[in-house]
Amino acid sequence: MLRIGKLPISTFAFLIIIFPWVAHQIPGIEHYTDVMVFAGIYSLITIGLSLLMGYAGQISVGHAAFYGIGAYVSGILTARYGLNPWICMLAGISVAGAVALIVGAPCLKLKGHYLAMATLAFGIIIFIVFNEEAEWTGGPDGMSGIPGLSIFGFDFDSVEKYFYLVWGFVFAAFVFSVNIIQSGAGRALRAIHSSETAANAMGVNVSGYKVLVFVYSAVLASLAGSLYAHYLNFINPATFDLFFSIKLLIMIALGGMHNLWGAVIGAGIITFLNYEWLHYFEEFEVIVYGAILLVVVIFFPDGLAGIPDMLKKRLGKH
Amino acid sequence: METITPAGQLFQYLITGITVGSIYAMVAVGFNIIYNVTEIINFAQGEFVMLGGLVMVSLHVGMGLPLIAAFPATMIIVTLVGMLLDRLAISPIRRPTVLSLIIATIAASILLKGTAMFIWGKDPYDLPAFSGRNPITFLGAVIQPQYFWVIGFLIITVIVLTLFFEKTILGKAMSACADNPDAASLVGINVKQMILLSFALSAAIGAVAGIVVTPISLMEYDRGAMLAVKGFGAAVLGGLGSFPGAVIGGLILGAIESLGAGLISSGYKDAFALIVLMFVLFYKPSGIFGDIEVSKIKRF
Repeated sequence: MLRIGKLPISTFAFLIIIFPWVAHQIPGIEHYTDVMVFAGIYSLITIGLSLLMGYAGQISVGHAAFYGIGAYVSGILTARYGLNPWICMLAGISVAGAVALIVGAPCLKLKGHYLAMATLAFGIIIFIVFNEEAEWTGGPDGMSGIPGLSIFGFDFDSVEKYFYLVWGFVFAAFVFSVNIIQSGAGRALRAIHSSETAANAMGVNVSGYKVLVFVYSAVLASLAGSLYAHYLNFINPATFDLFFSIKLLIMIALGGMHNLWGAVIGAGIITFLNYEWLHYFEEFEVIVYGAILLVVVIFFPDGLAGIPDMLKKRLGKH
Repeated sequence: METITPAGQLFQYLITGITVGSIYAMVAVGFNIIYNVTEIINFAQGEFVMLGGLVMVSLHVGMGLPLIAAFPATMIIVTLVGMLLDRLAISPIRRPTVLSLIIATIAASILLKGTAMFIWGKDPYDLPAFSGRNPITFLGAVIQPQYFWVIGFLIITVIVLTLFFEKTILGKAMSACADNPDAASLVGINVKQMILLSFALSAAIGAVAGIVVTPISLMEYDRGAMLAVKGFGAAVLGGLGSFPGAVIGGLILGAIESLGAGLISSGYKDAFALIVLMFVLFYKPSGIFGDIEVSKIKRF
């Protein structure tokens, strides 16, 4: 899946553009536009994670932390200090990027299980900070009064407007990531994935690229966090717990982590499961998530995006 | 005897820390058994502890089985869960990579957590202490009798395991798989069965930890993840794969956590162990007893 063509991207863009209109025409799914706002927010994170995990082969079980950092920096600076939300968004990105740089450099020297545990521990530590620094974050009760977004007097004050804003960001991130993958950096990342030693021998700056893609994924997660905070106008630590990091893992495993489309598809499906289709299970949805993850990892190691290739191989044998 | 001296207070933190640390040590030993045979880190290790506590509550308090019967029965049930985990989540994976194995054990861990919530709900459960709750005052510290049971079971676990791995054919066969699975299967060792056995053993030890700690700290469905990370912290601190390391690592981690919570901030209690884990990973990932050369030849 090295090439991502212009035709699928424009088709997808077209589908997204008409989505709110279509959803509005069909009774019973009008609120799907609202759900799609969250799908877009999660897609931003999974696009970055797909680059990190699928292309560079580095696992992270702690990205809820960067998502939370974006949300809290935006929330605190706007609600408590009345700063311009866009500046706060940039501030969030800078903080998340800096933290990713500081934590990423020693973390990414680690491999496999060690890296997974280090990112997991990091995620839990940040989660504890959100809970404990109540003076700033409001503690477990969360903080409200986070303003909405507007630009040059244009308010993103309806679900539809916010939908287009979020998906605009998703498209920008998607196209930018495709460009990374198709550039020399993308080839370097794939080389790292197949063999770090070989990549090193060929003169690829292995640790530099790994940290760079880690920072990139953290920045996207932080941006998603800011968008989340300004959409709901309220945040609390529970949104950014370990289970959210695991949900991100489920999203990209389900979609297929070697494929950027998989990142968006996985985020979309899990979002709809989360907000729409799993109501029946209530809190026991965690069992469904566990089952999905297990089935995917055993039967579809390349996720949904890998199924066409799998079928081709199967049919080719006969 | 109402006055609390600073020294007594410190001793108190230390005793509490060593008790909690014994639990981390048992989780770490569980990690090591599976890691030594398979090079897999079982992210569901903490769930065994949670299950041990909750199954024991159901058998002992719920069904009224005496302690002496409920204890082994709980161990057997959790051991079966551990074997199922290997059979349903680990061995069916066709292309085992680090990533897929991590994801599989994470999936198993949230499945177990969800199932536990389904069975026991979200409330924490208490278990009667094995020999009452009349505390002993010693050197200005208040010691629960249950503390001795926890530390005692850690000692028993380590002795039994050491004997098992060094004196029995089965234990030696398991160690052989750890050294070289291909060579092990050439001399007729069934590697698949040894992997199954490692999950069974590791689940049994998790169950013991859960049973003995529940009278002190209660038990609820969502405790597994934190126990797993801290247990892993203990294992890494001592050197992944080393049993003496797991014990020392667990005790040090428990003491740091208890002292940190008592002297610095109780809100950050859970963070101390994790910060230690990250520092060890960053600066000395081979741990205190770990062998850097050995860790280099490991596949994952």
